[in-house]
Amino acid sequence: MAHLQQSAVKQIEEICDRYKDEDTPLMMILSDIQKEYGYIPLEVQELVSEKTGIGVAEIYGVVTFYSFFSLKPKGKNVVGCCLGTACYVKGAQQVIDKFSEILGIKPGETSEDGMFTLDALRCIGACGIAPAVQINGTVYPKMSVDKVAPLIEQYKGGQA
Amino acid sequence: MSEQIRTFAELEEKQSACTKCMDEKFSGKDGKRHVVLCGGTGCLSSHSDKIREKFSEVVKEKGLEDKVTVNQVGCFGFCSQGPFVKIYPEDTLYRMVKIEDVEEIVESDLINGTVVERLLYVDPQTKEKITKQDDIEFYKKQMRIALHACGQIDPENIDEALGAGAFVGLAKALKMDRKAVIQEVLDSGLRGRGGAGFPTGRKWSFVPDTDEPKYLVCNGDEGDPGAFMDRSILEGNPFSVIEGMMIGGYAIGAENGYFYVRAEYPIAVKRLQIAIKAMEECGLLGDDILGSGFNFRVHIRLGAGAFVCGEETALLNSIEGKRGMPRPRPPFPAIKGLWGHPTCVNNVETLATVPYIMREGAAKFASIGTEKSKGTKVFALGGKINNVGLVEVPMGTTLRELIYDIGGGIPNGKEFKAIQTGGPSGGCLTAKNLDTQIDYDNLIAAGSMMGSGGAIVMDEDNCMVDVAKFYMEFICDESCGKCSPCRIGTKRMLEILTKITEGKGTMQDLEDLKELAVNVKTNSLCGLGQTAPNPILSTMNSFMDEYIAHIQDKKCPAHVCKNLMSYVIDKDKCFGCKMCQKGCPANAIHVIEPEYIGEGKKLPAMYIDANACVKCGACIATCKFGAISKQ
Repeated sequence: MAHLQQSAVKQIEEICDRYKDEDTPLMMILSDIQKEYGYIPLEVQELVSEKTGIGVAEIYGVVTFYSFFSLKPKGKNVVGCCLGTACYVKGAQQVIDKFSEILGIKPGETSEDGMFTLDALRCIGACGIAPAVQINGTVYPKMSVDKVAPLIEQYKGGQA
Repeated sequence: MSEQIRTFAELEEKQSACTKCMDEKFSGKDGKRHVVLCGGTGCLSSHSDKIREKFSEVVKEKGLEDKVTVNQVGCFGFCSQGPFVKIYPEDTLYRMVKIEDVEEIVESDLINGTVVERLLYVDPQTKEKITKQDDIEFYKKQMRIALHACGQIDPENIDEALGAGAFVGLAKALKMDRKAVIQEVLDSGLRGRGGAGFPTGRKWSFVPDTDEPKYLVCNGDEGDPGAFMDRSILEGNPFSVIEGMMIGGYAIGAENGYFYVRAEYPIAVKRLQIAIKAMEECGLLGDDILGSGFNFRVHIRLGAGAFVCGEETALLNSIEGKRGMPRPRPPFPAIKGLWGHPTCVNNVETLATVPYIMREGAAKFASIGTEKSKGTKVFALGGKINNVGLVEVPMGTTLRELIYDIGGGIPNGKEFKAIQTGGPSGGCLTAKNLDTQIDYDNLIAAGSMMGSGGAIVMDEDNCMVDVAKFYMEFICDESCGKCSPCRIGTKRMLEILTKITEGKGTMQDLEDLKELAVNVKTNSLCGLGQTAPNPILSTMNSFMDEYIAHIQDKKCPAHVCKNLMSYVIDKDKCFGCKMCQKGCPANAIHVIEPEYIGEGKKLPAMYIDANACVKCGACIATCKFGAISKQ
């Protein structure tokens, strides 16, 4: 556990303690860690295993099963393009292609400077305003190809 | 410490006080004006929260605080026209309101009593401006049971819920024998709204009458792309879903209820948490509820982005902190579910309907709908349709009414092609099905299914092979990998579909696709795999000509599949402005040589070099003269 800072160890132990009265707390622990750090590397999984008594193999199995959990750090700005049906039939594929082209990364990847992660999302339930794009939790309605570049600029400048 | 509601009498007293309060709010008897804003996901993304803050600010500035209240409510359903602002008691509905409009509304409407006409909804047919919500075509054929009080009450305020009939059904149920509650739900004919349509009362009756712990689980893992009714119900009236869960819990003898909600729905989760806390504080959740001896507690668990967790046994595994893979059945969850104990899993919309049945009686519910499908169903109308949004209609409404009367038809004068219902498990219905009455059995007979209620309309610009491929990509991604028919079968089907959309398909591929589809359907372990081939089978059934066009003519009739289409500039329409050239990422647009100047034009026309073109479509968006088209 040499890679983990003392403060991180403390916080992860604190997260595990939050759910010590629950029957099967693993999903909740992992959700909180993912939210706090943006990813769940192997060292952290080992620590959770030590704390909860759940095998590392099982934890690794769970982390890799769910798309919300990630083994690698995400970028500073996480761009999620909704590719649900309602968005797809209204041109969401072209929108994500444009993000991909400008950022120079494929969906699921993070840019080299660590500024952007591009994700393809499966329906965020914002079908009324399709195609929708979600950046760091903020939803942008009725996107189109020509709105992509200005939106990226906004986040590059750090205004949003 | 908030006010306690510990007995039936206390509940009734509180309900009547709150009902009076709400009545006065709607009728204006309290001498105040009430501004409510939609706080659903769609409107929030158009900044309805900032507009609400602005309202509060301006109201304060003008010294109207004693005369005007500002509040949020749940989803109005008419998402494409959001954000909405409604003013009581006049019931004036403003749509597409922007932050800049706030001062004008306050000044003109709230102070001078003059409606701001430019913000009213305009009927696209009659061009008339409509002031009241109920007079809008979109709402006329709707009937709100599952969406009860959504768009009326503040979802974070238990008093408003109590004023809108909350817990009347629960109180009635708690005074009945629990077998009688199950009978009531059986008599109502309510069928599960999550998709399969299994009778809810029957599901409850399967739970054995034993002393071991039992659980009622609410399936809020609304994963079908294009469906967002569960989200809107949880965001608009979380109390009704909790009430339904408590009635179900009482009926099966459970003392704990679990909400499993997608992590993609943060607002729904937050409102659910607030509602649970408010109910715990006043004693409506906990021990000895209303003095009836019934104990019930509610817990929330979040999903983590896995579609298969909408399948009930996978969902239970996920709550247990495992990989969300389905379990073989039997044993069914009713016998051996969460942590090995009897468990009943019900969908959000189903549970939201239960309080109505208890409140109004099974007979009233059963009088709505068709012979085998009772009550109403919420549909998320999306895609190529004018009125995008959430609609609740009685079972038996025809697709034509849904698409044309409520949905307002297809935008831009395009031709209706298909409506996809049931998401990745469903199928496409075409013009010949328009007069089909919507219910569970009719939709299956027509080659689709009800599913959770996503209804995506497609027009002539949508390629059906591409749509089938889209769903197969989705399923392939989301297949959990436990059983091989689904894991391998869906992958092979996707490969064949990709081949066809790239123009490399053969007629033999169609045969293989059909054979694979049937195999995956019959041999998969859970509902995900068993229904995965439906979009392929249904599009092959209705749109075989499109498949054949892709294979034999190497053409995509809807001009969607990139390998089978090209962009061209009409040289006689081109003004030579070069806007398209500036926007082209592939440098594929040049001046025609030798120079050609169209009639009445001053600059030389352009053309697209098909070999260099990456078919991104950027040029079409930049051309102001409509000179570029797909062929």
